[in-house]
Amino acid sequence: MKNTQQKEKDVVLESGIKVKPVYSPEDVKDIDYSKIIQNPGEYPYTRGIHPYMYRARPWTMRQYSGFATAKETNKRFKYLIEQGQTGLNVAFDLPTQMGLDSDDPQAEGEVGRVGMAVDTLKDMEYAFEGIPIDKISTSLTINSTAAILLAMYIVVAEKQGLSPDKIRGTAQNDILKEYIGRGTWIFPVEPSLRLITDTIEYCSKNIPKYYPVSVCGYHIRESGANPVQEIAYAYLIAKAYIQRVLARGIDANDFIARISFNFDIHGNFFEQIAKFRAARRLWAKIVKDEFNATNPKAMMMKMIAGGGGGGLTIEQPENNIVRGAYYALISALSGTQTMALCSYDEAYTIPSEKAALISLRTMQILIEEMGLCDTADPLGGSYYIEALTDQLENKIENCMKQVEKRGGIVSAISKGEIQREVSKQAYLYEKMIQSGELVKVGVNKYRIEEEERKIKIHEHNPALVKQQIKTLDKIKKTRDNKKVKDSLDKLRDMAKTEENLMPYIIECVRVYTTVGEITKVLKEIFGEFKEPVII
Amino acid sequence: MSKKTIRILIAKPGLDGHDRGVKVVAQLLRDAGMEVIYTGLHQTVDQILKTAIQEDVNVIGLSILSGAHIPITEKLMKGLKTNAMNDILIVVGGNIPKGDIDSLESLGVNGVFPTGSKFEEIVDFIKTNVG
Repeated sequence: MKNTQQKEKDVVLESGIKVKPVYSPEDVKDIDYSKIIQNPGEYPYTRGIHPYMYRARPWTMRQYSGFATAKETNKRFKYLIEQGQTGLNVAFDLPTQMGLDSDDPQAEGEVGRVGMAVDTLKDMEYAFEGIPIDKISTSLTINSTAAILLAMYIVVAEKQGLSPDKIRGTAQNDILKEYIGRGTWIFPVEPSLRLITDTIEYCSKNIPKYYPVSVCGYHIRESGANPVQEIAYAYLIAKAYIQRVLARGIDANDFIARISFNFDIHGNFFEQIAKFRAARRLWAKIVKDEFNATNPKAMMMKMIAGGGGGGLTIEQPENNIVRGAYYALISALSGTQTMALCSYDEAYTIPSEKAALISLRTMQILIEEMGLCDTADPLGGSYYIEALTDQLENKIENCMKQVEKRGGIVSAISKGEIQREVSKQAYLYEKMIQSGELVKVGVNKYRIEEEERKIKIHEHNPALVKQQIKTLDKIKKTRDNKKVKDSLDKLRDMAKTEENLMPYIIECVRVYTTVGEITKVLKEIFGEFKEPVII
Repeated sequence: MSKKTIRILIAKPGLDGHDRGVKVVAQLLRDAGMEVIYTGLHQTVDQILKTAIQEDVNVIGLSILSGAHIPITEKLMKGLKTNAMNDILIVVGGNIPKGDIDSLESLGVNGVFPTGSKFEEIVDFIKTNVG
């Protein structure tokens, strides 16, 4: 009797989909392989964007790193490259992300804490010293000040003797999600969107191999969204950027291929895999049908799918190594282009060298020992996975339609509606964890009380902060301050027009104008965002 | 003596923009019958003090996840002293390593609730300790 009851107990995924105890050909009979699924490398790319997937080239391994000063970060970059990492992902400290210089009173206590501090071009020169930036693709995790940091990166490439078409990499540069989660916004929504549009336009005309935006479902999910909302909101955001670039008369075929995505992995194993397959299919349809693109590359959804910090626990941190390995497996089975894993100590601290290495080794084990690269989309055709992929696609599409009906994502974010939706979801999730309805091993089940925590916390070094401020001071005294003033005056004038600001920002950074000085000028013209505080 | 509704200011000091936790706690305390005032992101300590005075709150709750909890709390405690705001209960939450709990308490913080704290513990602590 009890057994039957257990079998009949509903299993409902985070996205609201009920899971059947058994799936069979009956569940996929309406899914026409040649139209809806197709081979890898064929529209609508359900099974992956490349015909041979990892057989041709394994995913890029790109761990997030950066702390203290650019010189310290440069050492960690070189270590990771030596260990076989194939891409870099730069973490910036909060003052840099918020457009404040290291000597700004508001930056006190935060300089170099969660990433490396950048005040001027000099710091970016130090960070990439001895790293040929045409050989390794670099991702800059920066948003409201992305145009400035991208400008610095362009000048660093120039100083390494590289022409702009050699520059590879990605800027996160996704401001709309910052209003939903992560919170490093500065300017109001409209001028922020203008800056994003400027960078996309500039890159499509000058740096063809660069990905100027990585639209992040990741942080939306980490802020509490369920997997359906994660993809739906990210796609609505991507569409908002695309519409603005199209309005400048740029052809969809020329830039949509350079917009990539950053998604999150934690939660139910199969739901995650189906989520990515559904997302890939839906994006191909959106780009083809709504933007009338004909370039297949534009229809291919390219992503970094990372093991999310939200799934990791403070309790029994070693369990996070196991979780990370499963997240990496999910990512590989989902056909990602790039993979990153939060390290096991990341619920506490900036990862130690050892923890970052375990994450890298986890990915290398999958690639080189476990046969994950042997054949494309090995789960394709599974009754469960295909049925779930289909259901998730419908759910994501519906979620998008609802927001569009209410007036679109830009207005919903400006009014704080999406933020409220996401934090409501976070509260529901937390309640389920607290009640034990949702199990988190080591947290609300199999808990070990009075556990000794052996994690070493990343030491914040105040001496390095002093050094950073000293360097900044010296640059301010030795640079050509007339040129700095002229570059800022020009930027101020152009910010009042509709002109693309990238060339003027590049001129600012070239003469060692600081991140703070540039941001201040832009604030004068753009104003600052007023957060709609709705709980 | 009638029990007055507890008024709590939930604040996000500094540049850290991770507000998932703070918004969860705000909803929790509101559901527990408290009047919750949330500052929004990127607040300076002076702004927080000003709001606390204006809103005449019994409790200030800080949420900090960037690791800068000690310097920020230190500043707030100084400000409370300067403004003679002695009867306000101070709680701190966020990404707080165990080893820092004592340091925060010795600064004068009444309760520290690191990530993962039990809902009842937070609610009970505030209800019990508001005079």
